[in-house]
Amino acid sequence: MSTTRPAAERTPRRNPLSMLSGGTATVALLLAVVFAVIATQNPSFFEGPPLMSFARMAAPLVLLAIGQYFVIVSGEFDLSVGSLVGAQVVIAARLIDGDPSRTLPVLALMLVFGLVVGLVNGLVTTVLKVPSIITTLGTMLILFGAVRYWTGGAPTGELSEAFRLAGRGGIEGVPFLGQLPYALIIAAAATAGAVWLMRSSYGRSLMATGDNDVAAAFSGVRVWRVRTTAFVLSGLMASVAAVLIGGFSGVTAQVGDGLEFTAITAVVLGGVVLGGGRGTVVAAVLGALTVEALFTLFTQLYLPATIQPTVQGLIIIAAVAYASRRGDLRLPERLRRRPGHPTERPLGTSRR
Amino acid sequence: MHVPRVLLAGAAGLALVLSGCTGDASDGAADGNGADLTPEEEWFDQEEFDRQLAQRDIEPEGPEDEPWMQAIEPEWIDTSEWEFDDPGEATVCFSNASVSNPWRVTGFITMEQQVEALQEAGEIGDFQVSDASDDDNQQISDIQAFVDSGDCDAIIISPSTTATMTPAVETACESGVPVVVFDRGVNTDCAVTFIHPIGGYAYGADAAEFLVDSLEPGSRVLALRILPGVDSLEHRWAAAQTVFDDSDLEIIGYEFTDGDGAQIKDLVSQHLQRGAVDGIWMDAGDGAVAGLEAFEDAGQEYPVVSGEDELSFMRKWQEEELEAIAPVYSNFQWRTPVLAASMILQGEEVPEEWVLPQEAVTEETRDELLEVNSGMPSLHYARFGGEDLPGFPEAWEDR
Repeated sequence: MSTTRPAAERTPRRNPLSMLSGGTATVALLLAVVFAVIATQNPSFFEGPPLMSFARMAAPLVLLAIGQYFVIVSGEFDLSVGSLVGAQVVIAARLIDGDPSRTLPVLALMLVFGLVVGLVNGLVTTVLKVPSIITTLGTMLILFGAVRYWTGGAPTGELSEAFRLAGRGGIEGVPFLGQLPYALIIAAAATAGAVWLMRSSYGRSLMATGDNDVAAAFSGVRVWRVRTTAFVLSGLMASVAAVLIGGFSGVTAQVGDGLEFTAITAVVLGGVVLGGGRGTVVAAVLGALTVEALFTLFTQLYLPATIQPTVQGLIIIAAVAYASRRGDLRLPERLRRRPGHPTERPLGTSRR
Repeated sequence: MHVPRVLLAGAAGLALVLSGCTGDASDGAADGNGADLTPEEEWFDQEEFDRQLAQRDIEPEGPEDEPWMQAIEPEWIDTSEWEFDDPGEATVCFSNASVSNPWRVTGFITMEQQVEALQEAGEIGDFQVSDASDDDNQQISDIQAFVDSGDCDAIIISPSTTATMTPAVETACESGVPVVVFDRGVNTDCAVTFIHPIGGYAYGADAAEFLVDSLEPGSRVLALRILPGVDSLEHRWAAAQTVFDDSDLEIIGYEFTDGDGAQIKDLVSQHLQRGAVDGIWMDAGDGAVAGLEAFEDAGQEYPVVSGEDELSFMRKWQEEELEAIAPVYSNFQWRTPVLAASMILQGEEVPEEWVLPQEAVTEETRDELLEVNSGMPSLHYARFGGEDLPGFPEAWEDR
């Protein structure tokens, strides 16, 4: 890192990119290690069909991680996505009720519903100035309770086969892979879209907002709009994830439970710093794959699924601790870009 | 600062590899986590196990077409001390643990319909309900509120947990009104009657015995469990362990699923990648269909499977002509407490411990039950026992 520093001072905008790619490399390495351990347990894992079934299982988490990434990188949280996924699947099952002709209208409704929930989250956070952890905690409880109330406590109805195609089906007869799941294609497209978006001017505004929203506002970013859009994107991603999850396994009462924390775990594992401003979307996606691979590994090792929350908790703490260790190195650098802060200036000067 | 980073990453990698190695070792010795077929002492009572298995074959007393009024080996007790002058004016209060799963939702609808029928017949008056959302503290205060209000002439309790709720049930008893407890029990016999189906051991054994009878020796069976530590579910697994222990089946292992379809499908898919699965034992039917879909998606033949009398599973069973059984935790038990309360208020005798029949759905009884429930949603339970109530079938269809 120290070798890149002089260069960074000359072209400040390069600096974030170089340190972020470091985070991406870390999570990619971790993913490779987890995959390697899985391979020792289950050599057939890397034959086509098992790998595709892993991809199908991981796709919804990838989407949720992308959505969560937008929100976290802008300096906020979205705790409502798990509840939103659950609500979407339950609503879809009840409205479709096994009738294939209602599939498309209900899909459209789900997307709109996701966008509206995201918009409400965003506006409450930015306009009413409610901290997002509270806003989305509230949305999570509201959705959870409303769906319980609406269904009388447990879901009813049934999804149509057409609805389930995206989460369950795929393109048949692909050499080696057997079946190429639609879920994988959707997740890959979403990843590509997210990478493109982060390279656009919106992505730069989002990153700047998360890094320092005051500075971003001074430089002409409409912070409230950028953040609200991040929540809307998260709601959209949750809707698509709901289509995939509902398609994958049908409707059960527990669908969506705890997904928000799995998504946050994935994003944090990808080295995206809570509080915003740092991390790449590719790292978040790799984080999602790593979390899913870890869960797969636990199954291979016959660890009970009940230990998963514990592991998630350890990952969150370890990943943040690790990231902040890296942050120690850079903190003075970052502070030097904000002159005028009396307590920070001496530190920066002494480092020079 | 570079060194610690590398060290950290290295340590993480090493930990993973090591965990892989230890996993290997234990796999070699025991092939998974299910090979231990000795039930945990905490969850296994040989005497109770034997009693439940015997109760399955005892002809219950009571009308044959009303299983919710039947009782196995009842000891009738006198309730004349509770007789109410005008039962049509009596307020019955119900403290519900929750309606947090489809089984409880189905049961609660049946109970409400039974209440309406009794109210129309003038056999009970007002019916007050509190729902504790699976929270012990909430239920304790719910019961206290019933007692403090002084409005209740009979209190029905469906406890959320056994030990914690015992003092609350005692409080209700001490208030001087008759108390009816059903579903999960408590550690006191102060209630006038305790209503429950035969129990978890019988459920788990029904399922396990079917797998043992239907599968060739040496067949591989995967057990799917919802979560640990819940007595009714632990009893089912303990009974299955006991039955499997005496058999020649190979139990691959058990997995906790939270009853979540996505998890079930993922877990079953992973087991299928690593070897044949000939049979699936489940401690509850939630998500059974998702488990079967894993076989479809892997292009493999369906296993012999034990589910539950939940309609999504029973319909799949019929459509695909599976070799299956649906053990039952009698949902119609939700009717009985209201009927018992009204009997007590009229001074009629009730069984001290009211053991309801609990008969698994087999291939012979399946089609008839599906016929009766044809309009019902997929998360409805076939043996809900409300076919003769005035709200049938709309009340259960439009939930």
